[in-house]
Parts: sequence; structure tokens; C-alpha cells
Amino acid sequence: MSALNVAEAVETVASHLHPVASWDVADHPMPTGLEEVWRFTPLRRLRPLLTEAPSDATLAWSEHLPAGATSRTVTVREARLLTAEAPIDRVSALAAAHSGGARVIEIAPNAELAEPVTITLTGQGGVVWGHTIVRVGAHASGTVIVRHEGSAHYAAKVDVVVGEGAHLTYVALQDWEADAVHGGQTSFRLGRDSQVRTAALSLGGDIIRLADTASYDGPGGDLQQFGVYLVNAGQHIEHRLFVDHNAPRTKSLVDYRGALQGEGAHSVWVGDVLIRHVAEGISTYESNKNLVLTDGCRADSVPNLEIETGEIEGAGHSSSTGRFDDEQLFYLMSRGISEAEARRLVVHGFFADIIRRIGVPEVEERMLAAVEKELASTLGTPEVGQ
Amino acid sequence: MSALTITDLHVDVLTETGPKEILKGVNLTIREGEVHAIMGPNGSGKSTLAYSLAGHPKYVITSGSVLLDDVELTKLDVTERAKAGLFLAMQYPIEVPGVSVANFLRTAKTALSGEAPKVRTWVKEVNAAMDQLGLDHSFASRSLNEGFSGGEKKRNEIVQLELLQPKFAVLDETDSGLDIDALRIVSEGVNRYMASGNHGTLLITHYTRILNYITPDFVHVFVDGRVIAEGGPELAANLEAEGYDRFLKMARVDV
Repeated sequence: MSALNVAEAVETVASHLHPVASWDVADHPMPTGLEEVWRFTPLRRLRPLLTEAPSDATLAWSEHLPAGATSRTVTVREARLLTAEAPIDRVSALAAAHSGGARVIEIAPNAELAEPVTITLTGQGGVVWGHTIVRVGAHASGTVIVRHEGSAHYAAKVDVVVGEGAHLTYVALQDWEADAVHGGQTSFRLGRDSQVRTAALSLGGDIIRLADTASYDGPGGDLQQFGVYLVNAGQHIEHRLFVDHNAPRTKSLVDYRGALQGEGAHSVWVGDVLIRHVAEGISTYESNKNLVLTDGCRADSVPNLEIETGEIEGAGHSSSTGRFDDEQLFYLMSRGISEAEARRLVVHGFFADIIRRIGVPEVEERMLAAVEKELASTLGTPEVGQ
Repeated sequence: MSALTITDLHVDVLTETGPKEILKGVNLTIREGEVHAIMGPNGSGKSTLAYSLAGHPKYVITSGSVLLDDVELTKLDVTERAKAGLFLAMQYPIEVPGVSVANFLRTAKTALSGEAPKVRTWVKEVNAAMDQLGLDHSFASRSLNEGFSGGEKKRNEIVQLELLQPKFAVLDETDSGLDIDALRIVSEGVNRYMASGNHGTLLITHYTRILNYITPDFVHVFVDGRVIAEGGPELAANLEAEGYDRFLKMARVDV
């Protein structure tokens, strides 16, 4: 993209692209719902995660750590020195302050994990404040899968700090029971020349509101973020992404896709990108697509680009929300495929197209199976195996 | 004997300003073993004929009949028409991201034959069909039509034609945009299809070029939503020499 095109693409954005990060809960007052970052969120239902109150409730925590990965617990104060970023909102500030200490997963420098680190967090009711830190040593490579299940009101602060030249795939599965509430912040810090690929799958829960932020510790970092969400009647699933291109020759690609079905299903996707003055030679692309399967759904999709230098390789974004493409259905049906099966194929393809880019076969299979299961009520079950 | 019989077919296309009549009484009978070429200038309604036969929702059949043997296609939905034995090779095949060619072919074959094809023989069949159309086997794992060149899309349509073995095929400008090698390869596919059973083909084209490779039994000149002249292959040669002007004048006199 030429500098001219980039200049044309500049949009006026509110100051929420520069959130004031702070560990002090007092710096994050109770939102009213009028704030740009809270205007889509049903605050009443998120209230337990915004209300300062100590809690003894925890998630049942199970870890699978292959050779090269270790874990330990640190105090709230120690944790601050190991993080990617201070809290940017009240939920994550409360999560860190009341966590009682952070769990730290470390992948040793130069380690090449033979299998993924798997962390399963099972809700057992109550309000849970939690802080998790993943630190990947220089030139290490591995996959970390965090799976959320059961039920809880869970406020999470997560920090992922990736060393120079390291390769990380980070997968977060939100597979909650129907009454769970999950909010918080996941901050990625990419070391020089590191490659980070993230995948989010949000299925269950009553409200999910996750803010991901990413920034770079030096040039050459390459970030890819993929997301899939399936929103059912009455559910609110909100993904907010902020990529801060604060170093030259860094890359980011964000692609989130969702399907909505049932009365009151509400999805929110906000993709913010800031290209700072120093960030010459960067490239970024953000995309969000929503497939509306039934009446009564609402998908909010808001991409923002703020560009402080024109000396970049490329910057763009796209957003689309719609029903089935009649031409695709016609093409498939003209080959004898029933309308129901055609719809199922199109939706399956819509998600498979993105899930296949995650690059971890076991995660891809699990995500595709979850998508099939979730959509079976609206679209029916497949007539042919995949 | 199998036949596709189109009788006094009238079709409206839905536009923003309301329905507009495009087909104004089409009569045409294709018997098994026959290739019929429909030739006409741009805007004559050739593609409308193709889409309305297949049941595209944008086109509304206001009167007339399309019989495939004794089945009235105009009363059926898109899927049922395909199951009755009709196939449309599209001028602009649609991209379906995330659905692999292999999955699509297997799903279509299963839907049409009522049972899943046997894995071992099916994969061989698919590979053989791709070989014959000059497509690499890796095509099977690519998303349907996504990122395919124009020529690859057309070849992929003919792969489907050969694998699905419909009774009647409608080829909507399958030759458009093909280079001479691709045109030959695609034409050979159509000829194999014709030779492989009791099939019939309606070949819609703007150019006479493809008729050097596929010899039509009948040529119909299509102008202003109806067949205005009919003949054998010599009619195509005549068109090649003289163009459509004479027929356009005829149509105006008619009106």
C-alpha cells in the first residue's frame, strides 16, 4: 500500500487507543456504560467482575507440563515484575489485585516442546480473581493451550511474554457452562523477531468479554491472532483486540469470525491498531466476519486504525456481517446437495477456513468438532463425514 | 428415450425496478445422444436460460414447461432438479471458502446417488478425472474455486460433470476465457461425458471456436429471449462468417 493510500485510510479515533495502564484499582473507576470501551457491554450482568470484594473461590487448576516447561506461584507484588503490561481496565486490575498471587508458566530458553502445555481451569462457582503469566524464553518454541470449563464468575489477568526469536502458539478455549461470566485482559509482549500465533474459541458462558493487547519489545515481531465465536440466544460474547505497533518492521494479522443464532445473541468485535511514529516498515491487517443464522441477533464489529507514520508496508482492515450467500447455496444445491447440507457446508467452511491456519492439528480438530456440535441445533448434523 | 423438453418458457428476472421479462417463449428439445449449441449475442438471454433451468432464485419462470423425461423441473427446487439429472456448468463458478474440492465432490456424489461412494475407488476416480482435465491432485484439498484461475474453475466444472454423470448438462459459456489448450482439454471432457452414457448437452456459447472441438447436432440462434433460427453445424459456420447482424434484424422485424 502506498503512503497516499495509508493517509486516506487514517480515521479519527477516540483516545481509548491509549488506555492508561495502572495496577491501582482506584485508577479504574466503576464504568457507567457511557465510556467507549464499555458501551457494548451489559454492565449489570458483568457486575460481579467490577465489584471490589475479596473471594476465596478458585478454579480447579490442572496442568500438563512437557519437558522444558515449569510452573510456580509468585506473590501479587512479584507478579508485577514478570508481566507484559499493567491492567488497562477495572476487571483486570481487580483480578491482579485480588488474585492472591500469580501462577507462572515458564518455557526455558531454547526449549522445543514436544507437546503442548495444557492448562485446564474448571469453574466451581463463585467470583474468582486470577492472574496467569506465561513466559517463553529466547528462541524456545511451543504451544500453550488454556481451556476454561465449568462455571464461575471469572476475572482474569493474563500476561504472555515472549522472548527474542521464540515461537509460541497460544490457544484459549472458552468452553464454559451456560451461566459463566468471564472477563479480563490478555497482554502479549513480543520479543525481537519472535512469532506468536493466538487462537481464541468462545462458545459457552452467559457473558464473555476479553480484551487482548499486544506490543513489541523490538523489531521483527510477527503476530497472528485468530478467533472463532459462536453466540447463542441471550449470550454476549465480546472480543476486543488492540495491537500497538510500537517497533519498526513488526507484523500483525487479526482474523476473527463468528456465527450468531437465537433471540438476543450479541457479539462484539473491536479491532484497534495503533501504528506509532517509530513503527516504520510494519504491516497489519484486521478482519472480522459475522454470519447471522437466525433473526433476533446483533453483531457489532468495529475496526479502528490509527496511523502516525506513512512509512509502512501496509495497513488495512475489513468487516462484514451478513446472512448466507445465496450464490454459494445455489452452487452447492445445483450439485444435488440439500439446502440444509449446503448451509452446513458453508458454515463449516467459514470456520474451517480460519481454524486450519492455527497449525496445531489436535486444536484444529477439537475446534471443528466444537463448531459442529454447537451448530447442530440450527443446521442439523452432517450427512457425510468430513 | 431420455429427453429435456423446453416448451414456451417465459422467465422474468427480478430487478430493483421490478420484474423484467428476459425469456419470451423458448422451445427446445434435446434428446439423449445430442449436443445442441445455443449461440447468441450478449444480452440475448442465453445465461438466463441456463440459470432458470437450474432454478436460480433470481429468475422467475412465469409460464411454460421444462420436462426432463416425465419430470416437470419448473416445480422443483434447485436440489431436486439436480437429482432429476440436470447439471449446470457455470460461467462464473462460485467460491466457497473452507470447503475442499474433495469434500464437495464426495458430498455431491453422495447426495445424487443416495449413498456414500466407496472410499478407495472414489479417490481413484477423482484423481483420474483431475488427471484428464490437467489438474494437479493437490486441487482436491483446496477450497472450492477459491483462488482458482478462470481456466481452473472451468476445468473443475468439467471434473464435476464427468464424476457426477448427470443425464443432461447445460454448459454456460464454458469456453469463455479459455486459452486454446484449455479449450481442447475441456472439450475432450465434454466429449467423454457424451460418450460415457445416454447423455445430452446444451452448449451455450458466444463464439464458434468451441464447435471445432465439440460437434453439435443442432445449432440454435438465440436473440431477444427466444430461438430465432435453427440448423445443423453449417449454421455455426454461417455465423462465423456473417456475425449476428442478420439475426438481430430478423428479431426486430419479428417484433
